[in-house]
Amino acid sequence: MGKHEIEVTINGKVYQEEVEPRMLLSDFIRDVCGLTGTHVGCEHGVCGACTINVNGTAVRSCLMFAIQADGQQVQTVEGLSNNHELTDLQKNFIECHGLQCGFCTAGILMSTEDYLEKNPNPSSKEIKEMLSGHLCRCTGYDGIVKAIEKTIEERNQSVLS
Amino acid sequence: MTNVIGKSATRVEDKRLLTGQGKYIDDLGTKVNTGHAAILRSSHPHAYIKSIDKEAALKMPGVKGIITGEDIRGLVKPFSVGVMAPVEYYPLAIDKVRYVGEPVAIIVAKDRYAAEDALEKIKVVYESLPPLVGIERALEEDAPILHENVGSNIANHREFNYGDVDKAFEEADRIVKHKFNFPKYTATPVETYGVVAEYDPAHDQYTVQANFHGPFVIHSIMAQALQIPSNKLRIIVPKDIGGSYGIKAGIFPYIVLCGLASKLIGCPVKWIEDRQEHLSSSASGTDRVTYIEAAVENSGKVTGLRMKMIDNVGAYIRAPEPASLYRNHANSTGAYDIQNLHIDAYAIMTNKSPTGLIRGYGGQELYFPLERIMQEVAKELNMDHADVIRKNLVKEAQFPYKTASGGTYDSGNYEESFELALATGKYEEFRKKQEEARKNGKILGVGLACIVEPSGSNMGYITVALTPEERAGSLPKSGAAEAATVSMDPLGSVNVRISTTPSGQGHETVAAQIVSEVLGLPREQINVVAELDTSTSAWSIASGSYSSRFASLGSSAIYYAAHKVRTKLFKIAADQLNVKEADLELEKGSIFVKNNPDKKFSVKRAAGLAHWHPTSLPDGMEPGIYETYYYTADVAQAPNEQDMINSSVTYGFVADMVTVEIDPDTAEVKIIDYFTVHDAGKLLNPLIVDGQIMGGLAHGLGGALYEELAYDKNGQFLTGSFMDYLCPTAPEIPNVTIKHTESPSPLTPLGAKGLGEGNTMSAPVAVANAVSDALAHLDIMIDDLPLSPTRIWKLMGEAKEKVTTP
Amino acid sequence: MKPPKFEYYKPATLEEALNLLEEAGDDGKIIAGGQSLVPIMNMRLASPKCLIDINGLEELSYIKNEDNTLKIGTLTRQSDVEQSEMVANVCGLLAEAITQIGHVQTRNRGTIGGSIVHADPSAELPLALLTLNGSVQITSKDEVRTVAAEDFFITYLTTDIMPTEVLTEVTIPLMEEKSGYSFQEIARRHGDFALVAAACHMTVDDEGLITAVRLALGGVEAIPLLIGDAEDILTGEQLSDSLLAQVAESVEMESDPESDLHASSEYRTHLAKVLTKRVLTQAYERARG
Repeated sequence: MGKHEIEVTINGKVYQEEVEPRMLLSDFIRDVCGLTGTHVGCEHGVCGACTINVNGTAVRSCLMFAIQADGQQVQTVEGLSNNHELTDLQKNFIECHGLQCGFCTAGILMSTEDYLEKNPNPSSKEIKEMLSGHLCRCTGYDGIVKAIEKTIEERNQSVLS
Repeated sequence: MTNVIGKSATRVEDKRLLTGQGKYIDDLGTKVNTGHAAILRSSHPHAYIKSIDKEAALKMPGVKGIITGEDIRGLVKPFSVGVMAPVEYYPLAIDKVRYVGEPVAIIVAKDRYAAEDALEKIKVVYESLPPLVGIERALEEDAPILHENVGSNIANHREFNYGDVDKAFEEADRIVKHKFNFPKYTATPVETYGVVAEYDPAHDQYTVQANFHGPFVIHSIMAQALQIPSNKLRIIVPKDIGGSYGIKAGIFPYIVLCGLASKLIGCPVKWIEDRQEHLSSSASGTDRVTYIEAAVENSGKVTGLRMKMIDNVGAYIRAPEPASLYRNHANSTGAYDIQNLHIDAYAIMTNKSPTGLIRGYGGQELYFPLERIMQEVAKELNMDHADVIRKNLVKEAQFPYKTASGGTYDSGNYEESFELALATGKYEEFRKKQEEARKNGKILGVGLACIVEPSGSNMGYITVALTPEERAGSLPKSGAAEAATVSMDPLGSVNVRISTTPSGQGHETVAAQIVSEVLGLPREQINVVAELDTSTSAWSIASGSYSSRFASLGSSAIYYAAHKVRTKLFKIAADQLNVKEADLELEKGSIFVKNNPDKKFSVKRAAGLAHWHPTSLPDGMEPGIYETYYYTADVAQAPNEQDMINSSVTYGFVADMVTVEIDPDTAEVKIIDYFTVHDAGKLLNPLIVDGQIMGGLAHGLGGALYEELAYDKNGQFLTGSFMDYLCPTAPEIPNVTIKHTESPSPLTPLGAKGLGEGNTMSAPVAVANAVSDALAHLDIMIDDLPLSPTRIWKLMGEAKEKVTTP
Repeated sequence: MKPPKFEYYKPATLEEALNLLEEAGDDGKIIAGGQSLVPIMNMRLASPKCLIDINGLEELSYIKNEDNTLKIGTLTRQSDVEQSEMVANVCGLLAEAITQIGHVQTRNRGTIGGSIVHADPSAELPLALLTLNGSVQITSKDEVRTVAAEDFFITYLTTDIMPTEVLTEVTIPLMEEKSGYSFQEIARRHGDFALVAAACHMTVDDEGLITAVRLALGGVEAIPLLIGDAEDILTGEQLSDSLLAQVAESVEMESDPESDLHASSEYRTHLAKVLTKRVLTQAYERARG
């Protein structure tokens, strides 16, 4: 049950590491690659805090083994914004008070970006259904929904203009 | 000048948190020799530990050491707690386990994977004992006893009589009474507990990083347990904590445990709690049985209350329990003018996990029976519930209002706030809609609740757990001290150090707003340091994040510390400009003479002088700019001999109206709308305020409908994962309308009161009242939570049977 | 909550996977989406010694309509089925059921085959498959066999599949006649496993007479439960309150749900009856158009 060498591209950077097959992808990202923006809240796939993007899809990093990400493209919260310039979604989380303790936030951002890319015009109900895969105990979800709605509205406007 | 305080400023914390740059406990680097801990926990609710065989586990690869109860016997004293019952609570079970999840051994290995591998190899032989689960069972003669040396399962018992209760009941037109059960539930911050402990043998000192947020009176308890001088226990709290809602105060046994493991095994020890551990063994609110009786006049006026409250603190009473019983002592009669009050308060122990702070602490347990009985009074008298509330609310002219049990409600206009809630929710209109709906077979209901929201706990209140005679034998306790430090460096930049250990409430932002306003500097230029270090920060026993104390106490300490700096700057400027301090004003970084604004001196220059050119300062002035202010409130007095206690500093008010629809086929409750009106005095940052209220409300709705830490009758724990412990998610949160009224507190310099816990206290009973109202045609009594469909369906079935089989 | 050690293999072909599986014997376990398996490994409730990861077998990920049969490769992500216009057009019941599985994020990774093999009695896909009279294709080194959903589920979390076999394809016969369907569930929260779920597929003639009907329930037995009586009671009839009551009675007779924290056995039985009426009514309305 030795270690395997894997190569994972995270936020455009290649990480070549040796891992035990059982190492969870969430632990690999945090403890091996040092990207601690991805948080771990339940390790059984319910709370959504560890959600990241693997090959263009938002998934739970606690329900994947690092070895399964060998050769894959991963994006984490650290890879969302370029050169410290916040994305529109991030800015709207600030404006709409979409976070308090911030622990669940990274996962929610990763889910939302993926979801909006595939469904640019969801209804409020659909936004909430998408968010049902995330637990937030601070905000009551209100600010989060508002931030997402504001982002959709702005993106639609910029398409129109 | 009020251009910063009171504004909906966006938060300075957000950028780092949104970009993955937050620094939570699990993100801090560790030393290379750090060991990672896993904890073996009891699978038995109640059993003797006959033997623990750790040999095979010690041989597992990567294991650095294993500590059991035997290893710490004698090294650690039981944690002290504010009751007389000699309960012995240690960080690891010694001889006996008393709840499922109790720590039995700690394994330290090269990583958590290896530690968990070793954990599976430890063999523990238990001898089962009969479990004790039921609250009232705990008081029965033949009940199993958890702590033999205590002799019973009662950790604390006090009886209080205020006014003339017997007379009120003798003279009452009616007596309305019932027994209510409040369930055990928790708050599940998404970040679990985390500790990194390092013992330094050269100095016999423990340095511990942990997401612990006070109250820092617990620092003394930990140092005493470790039997070390308290300056040998250095606690460092990271600036980011991933939520707590009170729950993380319960981390302290693990701080001691990891400290001991570090000492005995000889390496730094890191432990990150996992979710299963968190659910079974971290902390929760109490489950409580309340027998409540109201003495009522036919007019609807309640003249007296009797409450027998039996609080289940779990297997061990631990600090700050039995505070759950007494945190609301001053506001035991809620928003109502009731001067005759009898309280019979018990804290009992059963084979469930130990309890502790939680958002709303004690409030939801109190207001569930109180606000339910007010609705029952209305039912009994055939009155509208709103009219019964109106009849009993404390009137505006009565403020500051002295409560029966010694509280002083500092300000408020309860009637106005309540009417605003009814108007916002269109109460009368809904009543008509409800009637119409009933004709069509639809079941609608409306629930009301009015509660007083205490904030800023008086450290003296916990001592009412002792009799006046017992109190006389120990040092009196009072106050609600909080500290803050504001300093300016040689180039005039401002640092603010706070000791309020925020876990998402935006203290850095509000602190910057306050200091910005007092010092006339842009808030972006104020740097706020939220890390707390017991060796270098200004703090006191009350410091920390609990009892909604930031707005009332933390903000006041910051405000006064900033004023100390301002005063010093004014003295320097007055001296330099050769004018009187009183003639000066401050704006935009400049101190100037009021009637001659051209005569001015910059703040930066004044601060610079204090560092670069101290001999130029006025006679007797210290160099540097570094001011600490310790704030407390005079109203936080120790209890008197009559057990009168003003248990909190400020008291806000919350009026709720909630409408529900119940599916007649499935008994599912759907919340249609939630209206809540808050009076928390002056709001320091309305954006943050509404965020706090929404969060508290979501938690309250969880308590009403979903959340319960459940045990079966044998004491086995049933809700060990997020599949079974149900936290509300986005689709479960209804439409919410928040409104504010504003009665500034006369006690705090900014007129602010704490908030954010109110709806956690009110929502469970508001929803229960709505469900009860909806099912009034079936005469169903709602006296238990959460209001799961299976529970409501059962009640509906029983009620229909009653109707059909007379 | 860290998983125990295991050997890991990532075969490049199905053949290789089947060889590995045969070699590993009882110690082997296929991992696809991992949305059911990894949580229980993290809790150390499962400790397979050897994981065979089929995520590389792209050929097992497809959605096809062949000869009026919907064929879905085992590795197809639930979200792919959810987003498939073809599935929405030809198999509304499946499309409706899919959206009720877990959450967007778990559907993104969770597979069709994985959920069916896991065989949770209250899960959506096993129930949908049974209702739609679907079957599964099971492949081992030696043979490919097809098992009807009715025979596939044995008991709680247990199916007809052997340790050396892989579920490779799910097939659902499609009907051209005028048909209606309904899939409904009652759960404590959005995305939770259902307390009870019900599904119905029905065909109706021009006079509104029911020509065929399949009704099944989840969460009332150790496996998804097909209510055979529904066919007898309803065929050749127009749906009516009295017939609904008769079917509900059969459902009550056949259901034997467990009690747990979230619902008593009695309440589950009651919900089964309520949902039975709801899905039959909705399916009938839809079938009549």
